Amino acid sequence: MNKLTATERLALIRLKNRPTVNDYIPVIFNNFLELHGDRHYGDDPAIMCGIATLNSVPVTVIAQVKGRNIEENKRTNFSMPHPEGYRKALRVAKEAEKFHRPVICLVDTPGAFCGVEAEKRGQGEAIARNLMEFMTLRTPVISVVLGEGGSGGALALAVCDELAMLENALYSVISPRGFASILWKDPGREKEACELMKITAEDAQRFGVCDRIIPEAVGGAQNDMKLTASNLAEYLSEAVERISQFDIDIMLENRYNKFRKIGMFEE
Amino acid sequence: MLEDLFKVVRARFNDGEEEKSDGSSDINIPKDLLFKCPRCGTVAYMEDFEKNRKVCAACNYHARLTWQERLQYTADPGTFVEFDAGMTGKNPIEFPDYEKKVKAAQQQCGTNEAIVTGECLIHGYRCVIGIMDSNFMMASMGSVVGEKITRAFEYATEKKLPVVLFTASGGARMQEGIVSLMQMAKTSGAAARHSQAGQLYVTVLADPTTGGVTASFASLGDIIIAEPKVLIGFAGRRVIQGTIKQQLPDDFQTAEFMQENGFVDMIVERTMMRRTLARIMKLHNYPKEERPKS
Repeated sequence: MNKLTATERLALIRLKNRPTVNDYIPVIFNNFLELHGDRHYGDDPAIMCGIATLNSVPVTVIAQVKGRNIEENKRTNFSMPHPEGYRKALRVAKEAEKFHRPVICLVDTPGAFCGVEAEKRGQGEAIARNLMEFMTLRTPVISVVLGEGGSGGALALAVCDELAMLENALYSVISPRGFASILWKDPGREKEACELMKITAEDAQRFGVCDRIIPEAVGGAQNDMKLTASNLAEYLSEAVERISQFDIDIMLENRYNKFRKIGMFEE
Repeated sequence: MLEDLFKVVRARFNDGEEEKSDGSSDINIPKDLLFKCPRCGTVAYMEDFEKNRKVCAACNYHARLTWQERLQYTADPGTFVEFDAGMTGKNPIEFPDYEKKVKAAQQQCGTNEAIVTGECLIHGYRCVIGIMDSNFMMASMGSVVGEKITRAFEYATEKKLPVVLFTASGGARMQEGIVSLMQMAKTSGAAARHSQAGQLYVTVLADPTTGGVTASFASLGDIIIAEPKVLIGFAGRRVIQGTIKQQLPDDFQTAEFMQENGFVDMIVERTMMRRTLARIMKLHNYPKEERPKS
């Protein structure tokens, strides 16, 4: 289906006109009601949260917000969340749990923000807490990587019952640039890193990380946002219905085992 | 982002190198004879430094320990039983020469991977223990580290035992790609189940605790202890410096900084660690065993 190389996909998902959650949410969901703030420190625009209906089923939506222009990107910090963003996500997920409402996480971030304030407010703790709490959240969680799935900042919204990726989305332990810089001390070898790292949706599927690949429009989502959105909506409706049928304890056992079995070692 | 985590560590040791520019220390210090503190630059005889449990006598920086040293300072003699000693990793993304690098670390450290796990007594209190050794590829977390920690939690959950983890890590093991990232979720999930079973989890953050380890099991202890002056953080110092384009204060991302900001319960001296851990287990109503099982 997709013969693009990882490097080509990286270029594609960085295109200015690649659709973002601001494009998708109004098409996929109805009655989106935004909820603000983590109740501790502030409201992080890099993660947008709310309740909406998907085919008349109420769902909680947690979405990392890439800007479509420089103004939006300034506001959303290029989709690099601060700890309060992750804490807001957890708060609304807990609210969803209380009302047995499925949670949909839309992942699109180069990574959690690296800065003095983020460290002071516990970026590491905020991500760790989400990993722990989402693992035991007693309501269905479905995550979709839309573009960049960068590192712990993406994983904090991707502990889920099922993980899907858009066809050209990438999911990686670190950005290819960071990888090259750490392992070869040469950020210029980004392309080489990109091919070596095995970060495409097909790679992620092979490692048991990604459960479903959602097709984009021919040539990329930007060529037909509506079609891509409709593919997304179709998948989400089906997944929500299917996963909601599980007994919650069985669902949690499956969620635990989804991650439990990832790893390659011998004894 | 987890970028630059290895550089953080190097940056700390480069502080010494920067001093060279004023021409003061171009002397090549024999590695085995002297210890130069990466924090304050004070030079001490290795023998004195080791007698002092590798704590800098001048500034109280708690330097890195090998897993053998940590075990010796922590567990009651003769009580440690190791888990999964034979587990070794594979090469999920076929990173060039990864196996070679692991093999070299195994020979250097006398262990199969960057963490040693097992069961032991600490002042008579039975617990599951994990010790990360930063000499092993900066104790980065790949499949084996993730699996060993997960099994340690699962064992402790089944046997109703507390878990004590000494963390020290550069973060996720880049050479294992996305598989290493998933170990963060896996270990945190195992910690969650242990917690839900009502068992105690104590983390001791040692130098350096950073990146994906800070952003997973290291931050999830019921009680979080740190050793004095150690480095604790999520992002690398240089990455942050690159973001904000200004100098960071010296105490940034130290144990003391993390405590001031509310992420560390207590800072405990190495000489007090065993007693403190035993006291915590006692206060959580775990039974003291009078005699270690043989």
